[in-house]
Amino acid sequence: MISTTETVRLALRALRRNTLRSTLTALGIIIGVAAVICMVTIGEGAKSRIRAQIEGAGTNVLLVFSGSSNQGGMRGGMGSQPTITYDDLRAIQTEIPLVRAAAPLSRTMTQAISETETWTTSIYGTTPEYFVIRNWLVAKGSGITTSDVAGSTKNAVIGSTVAEKLFGAGTDPIGQTIRMRNAPYTVIGVLEKKGQGGMGEDQDDAVFVPITAFQSRIQGGLSQFVRGPVYVSAMTSEAIEPARAQIAALLRDRHRLAPEQDDDFSITTMAEMTSVFTGAMQTVTNLLAAIALVSLVVGGIGVMNIMLVSVTERTREIGIRMAVGAQPQDIRAQFLIESLTLAAIGGAIGVVLGLGIAKLVASVFGWSMLARTDIIVMALLVSAMVGVVFGLYPALKASRLDPINALRYE
Amino acid sequence: MALLELHNVSKIYNTGEQEFAALQDVSLEIERGEFVAVTGSSGSGKSTLMNILGCLDSPTRGSYLIDGRDVAQLSRVELAAIRNEFIGFVFQSFNLLARTSAVENVELPLIYARCAPAERRRRALEALDRVGLSNRAGHQPSQLSGGQQQRVAIARALVTKPPLILADEPTGNLDSKTSLEIMQLLADLRTAGITVVYVTHEHDIAAFAARSLSLRDGSIIADHRKTT
Repeated sequence: MISTTETVRLALRALRRNTLRSTLTALGIIIGVAAVICMVTIGEGAKSRIRAQIEGAGTNVLLVFSGSSNQGGMRGGMGSQPTITYDDLRAIQTEIPLVRAAAPLSRTMTQAISETETWTTSIYGTTPEYFVIRNWLVAKGSGITTSDVAGSTKNAVIGSTVAEKLFGAGTDPIGQTIRMRNAPYTVIGVLEKKGQGGMGEDQDDAVFVPITAFQSRIQGGLSQFVRGPVYVSAMTSEAIEPARAQIAALLRDRHRLAPEQDDDFSITTMAEMTSVFTGAMQTVTNLLAAIALVSLVVGGIGVMNIMLVSVTERTREIGIRMAVGAQPQDIRAQFLIESLTLAAIGGAIGVVLGLGIAKLVASVFGWSMLARTDIIVMALLVSAMVGVVFGLYPALKASRLDPINALRYE
Repeated sequence: MALLELHNVSKIYNTGEQEFAALQDVSLEIERGEFVAVTGSSGSGKSTLMNILGCLDSPTRGSYLIDGRDVAQLSRVELAAIRNEFIGFVFQSFNLLARTSAVENVELPLIYARCAPAERRRRALEALDRVGLSNRAGHQPSQLSGGQQQRVAIARALVTKPPLILADEPTGNLDSKTSLEIMQLLADLRTAGITVVYVTHEHDIAAFAARSLSLRDGSIIADHRKTT
């Protein structure tokens, strides 16, 4: 058989001779590969964004929920039966060295009224530790302090969305009064912008008050139980799992649960939530990539179609080549390399195009672009394979032609 | 041993229910260095004979020995090698690759002879020079006259330095002046020791040959040798 470089040279020449046809044929592959690359890259970007958002909830965070009620066969949701007390919370914070901080987070919806505006928002009762756990700094003014919690003060820290809705751009919210549930609160601080949360909610649309004030004025009386989740942050990421086990042991002990009894609380880590959401995203990405792969196959059929036409059109050329001594495998290689080259060039252009589209989408949505090298290599290999698989039949057909019949072909 | 030997060769085409014998029991020997014209009216089996001699087609019955080797025993790969190294074929319709320069057309057999590009170009230009077309090397077939195209085709047939040149009506598409030039070129090959077999139905063209075979209805009816 003649050398590969010789065959590639032949193939490139033949493809150049029919530039428009080659381009249109390659387009099928280009679109297929671009679609695969684009889908996967966008999917990766979306996944990393979801991960970043969920992890933005705080570093090394665990959430402890009160257990579900189970009365007469009626099973309530997580936290419907309060079981975790403020003493439990203190115990978690003080007795487990792996825990850096723990904070309650009680929430309700309410209207907040300033002198000029009214805005429905979430009001949260919590302690200063919450902001440590969430890595959430105060942009202006000051945060909730332990003395606010101890004194059950009517001080509030507001998110940037609330500040904007209630006071507009011109007014400094610090020192202003807002009314919630018929009680006046003094704004002592505005939090840094945090952006969208893991579920797409606006985290800056929130008002925070001391947990004690929340209990007495909003929840309607002091309670020994924590309403809502307890946020816990572990010392390090390696400490998350041991901390979870220790918290569970501590709570079982404090709640005097017998070994055969189920936990009356549940503990989730952010890592678990991340994997749930990124897993869902992965499924969607895979599905889209599979659909894109179908278009690659369609492109391959286009290659086969054109190669068959090309073989028929060039029957006489094949006859001439055979008459001057081309062996069947030379002819086969010529057409195979031609379709391979077509598909490979299409694949390469498709990769560039796909990455370009993904970059555009990423910049529109403000994501970071994550190009996966393995997917790019795979797309190139698959398109080359498409070239070989769909080029094989036309190439075989060409190589099996009888020289005399090929020469006589009109 | 003769260069080419045909023993009771028949070529039968099946057109539906009817059988048609393009060649019937043809036996023939051609020696090294012979200059042979094959004549006959159209449909007499001249082209079929040439295609069989050129290993482009195979006999239905009988045996064909080329340089002592039985063609029926050869694989497609071996046949391709024989067409490449042993035979130079010249066609009535030239059969040059379109949109391909003259020198590249001439290089074609050398590509399949696995000849290196530089050596290939050198030998192709040499062959073009031999047919007097070295100044047309870069021209494509569409830019050449019929006679020039046939010269390119002869250069292509010569480039692998084969011992045998087969020409199927090489002057069939050419005017008489050009025809004579082409025939002179083929006659010169003979003096270089190359065996030349060509087909024609014109008497003045057949007159170039030292031996002339006449075919009618697939059989050889006359075999004349000029005594010079």
